[in-house]
Amino acid sequence: MNTGATGFLQRYEGLAGRLPGDSALRSAAAAAFKTSGLPGGTQQRRIEAWKYTSLRPVAEADFQPDSAPRHEAETVLAELLLLDAPRVVFADGTLRTDLSVMPPAGFACFADQPDFGTLSWPDREPMVALNTMLARDGAALHVPAGFDAGVVQLVSIATGDGDFHPRHSIRLAKGATLTIVEISAGKGRYLLNTVAEIHVAEGAYLTHIRLQDEAATAFHVSTTYADVATGGTYDSFTLNLGARLSRTEVRVQLSGSGAMVHLNAAQILAGSQHADFTTVVGHAAPGCSSRQTVKNVLAGRSRGVFQGKIEVARIAQKTDGYQMNQALLLSPYAEIDCKPELEIFADDVKCSHGATVGELDAEQMFYLRSRGIPDTEARSILVRAFLAEALDAVADETIRNRLETAVEQWWERQKA
Amino acid sequence: MAAVTETLDTVQSVTQSGYKWGFETTIEMDFAPKGLNEDIIRLISSRKEEPEWMLEWRLKAYAAWLKMEEPQWARVDHPPIDYQDLHYYAAPKKKAGPKSLEEVDPELLKMFEKLGIPLKERALLAGVDPDTVENTQIAVDAVFDSVSVATTFQATLRKSGVIFCPISEAIREHPDLVKQYIGSVVPVADNFFAALNSAVFTDGSFVYIPKGVRCPMELSTYFRINARNTGQFERTLIIAEAGSQVSYLEGCTAPQRDENQLHAAVVELVAMDDARIKYSTVQNWYPGDANGKGGIYNFVTKRGACRGDRSKISWTQVETGSAITWKYPSCVLLGEDSVGEFYSVAVTNNHQQADTGTKMIHVGKGSRSTIISKGISAGHSNNTYRGLVRMLPSATNARNFTQCDSLLIGDQCGAHTVPYIESRNPTAKVEHEATTSKIADDQLFYCRQRGLSEEDAVGLIVNGFCKDVLKELPMEFAVEAQKLLAVSLEGSVG
Amino acid sequence: MLEIKGLTASIGDKPILNGVDLTVPPGEVHAIMGPNGAGKSTLGYVLSGREDYTVTGGTVTFNGIDLLDMEPEQRAAAGLFLAFQAPVELPGVNNANFLRTALNAIRRAHGESELDAVQFLKLARAESKRLHMPDDMLKRNVNVGFSGGEKKRNEVLQMAILRPKLAILDETDSGLDIDALKIVADGVNALRGPEFSALVITHHQRLLDYLVPHRVHVLANGRILRSGGPELAKELEKSGYAGMIAEAA
Repeated sequence: MNTGATGFLQRYEGLAGRLPGDSALRSAAAAAFKTSGLPGGTQQRRIEAWKYTSLRPVAEADFQPDSAPRHEAETVLAELLLLDAPRVVFADGTLRTDLSVMPPAGFACFADQPDFGTLSWPDREPMVALNTMLARDGAALHVPAGFDAGVVQLVSIATGDGDFHPRHSIRLAKGATLTIVEISAGKGRYLLNTVAEIHVAEGAYLTHIRLQDEAATAFHVSTTYADVATGGTYDSFTLNLGARLSRTEVRVQLSGSGAMVHLNAAQILAGSQHADFTTVVGHAAPGCSSRQTVKNVLAGRSRGVFQGKIEVARIAQKTDGYQMNQALLLSPYAEIDCKPELEIFADDVKCSHGATVGELDAEQMFYLRSRGIPDTEARSILVRAFLAEALDAVADETIRNRLETAVEQWWERQKA
Repeated sequence: MAAVTETLDTVQSVTQSGYKWGFETTIEMDFAPKGLNEDIIRLISSRKEEPEWMLEWRLKAYAAWLKMEEPQWARVDHPPIDYQDLHYYAAPKKKAGPKSLEEVDPELLKMFEKLGIPLKERALLAGVDPDTVENTQIAVDAVFDSVSVATTFQATLRKSGVIFCPISEAIREHPDLVKQYIGSVVPVADNFFAALNSAVFTDGSFVYIPKGVRCPMELSTYFRINARNTGQFERTLIIAEAGSQVSYLEGCTAPQRDENQLHAAVVELVAMDDARIKYSTVQNWYPGDANGKGGIYNFVTKRGACRGDRSKISWTQVETGSAITWKYPSCVLLGEDSVGEFYSVAVTNNHQQADTGTKMIHVGKGSRSTIISKGISAGHSNNTYRGLVRMLPSATNARNFTQCDSLLIGDQCGAHTVPYIESRNPTAKVEHEATTSKIADDQLFYCRQRGLSEEDAVGLIVNGFCKDVLKELPMEFAVEAQKLLAVSLEGSVG
Repeated sequence: MLEIKGLTASIGDKPILNGVDLTVPPGEVHAIMGPNGAGKSTLGYVLSGREDYTVTGGTVTFNGIDLLDMEPEQRAAAGLFLAFQAPVELPGVNNANFLRTALNAIRRAHGESELDAVQFLKLARAESKRLHMPDDMLKRNVNVGFSGGEKKRNEVLQMAILRPKLAILDETDSGLDIDALKIVADGVNALRGPEFSALVITHHQRLLDYLVPHRVHVLANGRILRSGGPELAKELEKSGYAGMIAEAA
């Protein structure tokens, strides 16, 4: 089988006409993907947005989406930290109603009602183009006005060596409330390339928790576009623990006055893992606020990347933008690359960012040890404390506990 | 709020106050034909009476340049530059080196006067015997279009072993030193503009401070673009041997013209063990008019190598001029415990665009760097800080602290911050802070309640905002810089 | 209990302690006074094993064992406690968890069983109540957002829970009002007994009114210049250090 961008394009050619939805959009995306290729996949002009992450390993991998699963979906699912709440389960990119516990209302499968949305940029984002070209399934969650839809889990599990391109659409109507817990995990050498489009209408509140705990041999790419209207809130937290290579990209547009976004994240990496958390927050209306705390804990030969851009349009007076990113290097072979960026065209704004990179604080270490706590335990306390600050952003205690458990499990895995 | 709005309204009705250095000097010039090719490079090299190796070096740079593309990543916009529509060599026709003031071209003297260079230094610059002139503390090299017209105090400096002369002279007189160091910090093919400069540079300053010598006076260069359709490509090379110290000042002006002029300089600094180089710039090239017409394209590569242990290179810049500034004075911190500093004030008004910052590359153990950047945007301008802090695996216990603050005056301008932070050593520590704000109404009110005019209040607050940088400037420059800030912002706040 | 002989130490190339001789017998409270820069805090740090300081000579034995050979946590397990002059903040580290971890590490080192969360909280609450400290101090992150006085009181609370054999209080009284000062003194006095000693580093006589020392030592230029009874502190309060240093020189 042909690998790299050519392989994906050939697959698309082979499926022509058999994929659901807007075929013109798909062929435009395919044309864009043909031009762009995979970022870093071939010798080509450097793409600034992918400065620190190359998808060459993805280009070189040989994905086999049609091969028989090597693991039982049920087994993979059983190992997940699921909440007692409705769940929509996709196994190898396909909705599995048998494994799902469907939310009471407002759920539809993408295959029946393809919704490519209006926010995505297949022409500018190669992986979005790839998704648009090959997407077959996805969740469509539409919460009606004023309705509190509680917690819905959006689960993706992989059981083999394929590549999957789910396309989700999440819409909250005026005053609606929803908490999405997106969990992805699996077994195998697969690629998960998700695109989600989110609309938060006036006064609506979406909490979006993302727990990425993919197989150590897997690739995870996730691109989220969100639009937040007047007085709406998009509160998101991402915990990246797994995957050989992951890229989480979130692009949020604050399009109505007083809209708010939180884009918090923690990445905990070891071995030769690479995780890239990239965000763009566009302040396109007055009086909006954005808050970001991003933490990287890097052991082994891992590499963490954070790119965070705050854009303030001329109209967006009284913007309040804050971003903090901190990285802890636990090994002499780990690497962190950060690019916190401000692009400001309005004068009456309060925007700031801060970044710190380093190892554990020597003074804190001494304080702990002077109280009798041995070196390794003191280190572990301080690393956990560092992460706890990030996890504190998750308001729901049950969910936060799950994430803490996931971190503990990650920690145990490293010891093993 | 009302006060500010009112001020902004006033501002819009006020036209550009006028660039005080925008005069043109009519001196008979010797031009090379327009355009760039190997023959032009050969012509420059032969006019400069350069040795063969220098010509070869230039041709190598030219060959590299031909294969390169103009960088696109900076946040600056300009129509395409026709590199064939420029004179790459322009020199005043009269031979430099007059014996007395009477022999000096009076137009040249007038220019120095307009530039605000003191009379005694004007005479010195014009080449009058220094012994007849009362002593001053600053040695000056003046570069007029393509050539250095005069360097003062050479003899005095020579007594302490310091070499301060036009680089064209250094190539002839000190070929071994030049050959050893030129292109060693900024390689010929480093970037598009550096390659262009390497191919066609015509003059600039050369400084050599021998081992253990503390340069007895401040060294200073005035750069001046005068001729029409001329590119200025100066090249500066400063070498500070072990234990030596030097402070170097650079000032730049150009006449007011409707067309854009290109300036692509390269500055290389080398500091050996315990050496200290302080490089201060007040850049005041013509910024163009209130509508963005004309002005200098200032595409400059400045880099210092802290090669020795405990060496220190400190860049201080006040950037108020140029239509476009593209400039990243950087430090490669190779030596153990070496120190790099970057202090910058960049002011943009009207339609100016500045994309400036620094790179601190930490290689040596215990190397430290400090970056303080203050950007002030007014009018329709865009002002970008772009910086890189890189900690290599060898940079054990290295430290960086970065503070970049932006101030916006008016709601038609832009302020941008693009820092890159890369660390591959856990013991290295990087701290970065950035803020963007406007002048607070309560600050303005407080000042005005105490009796200051709004314009003075803004000046005061802006100067306060820049204080951490301005205090790094040598005294002679600090005063000039403060005045420049006020002048540059004229018309933006009333 | 503590025996310091000819202790010299430096930070970088700069010598700070120039031969300190000092013995603190079991059950005694000794005060160390001296001008700024005398080396008082350095003595506290060197005794507790801070790595920034290099011991260049001399010996320190603690209940017969060589203190200088031990890691900071081993010294803590052996019963040494330093109340820091400026306690560091530990964002994200809960005070109660921190203290329980420390207490259990010390108990483990002594072959004692660890306390579970419930047992620990009972103990911690009792101690904080005894020291008139609000319960919420245990719930907060270590020293984060604490006022200067709260930080000092938190040090005393930790001391009360960890029950050291030798407590070094590094200017724990500085910046405290009279009520807080009494709490600090009460905290130390409550631990007093034949098995407990304290080294109280202070600038002022005031603390010593509530925490009466057996001996007072004057440290200047990295050496003990004079030693005496509690009356020495009163004398210093009146006449200052200058005369004494001149006399010694």
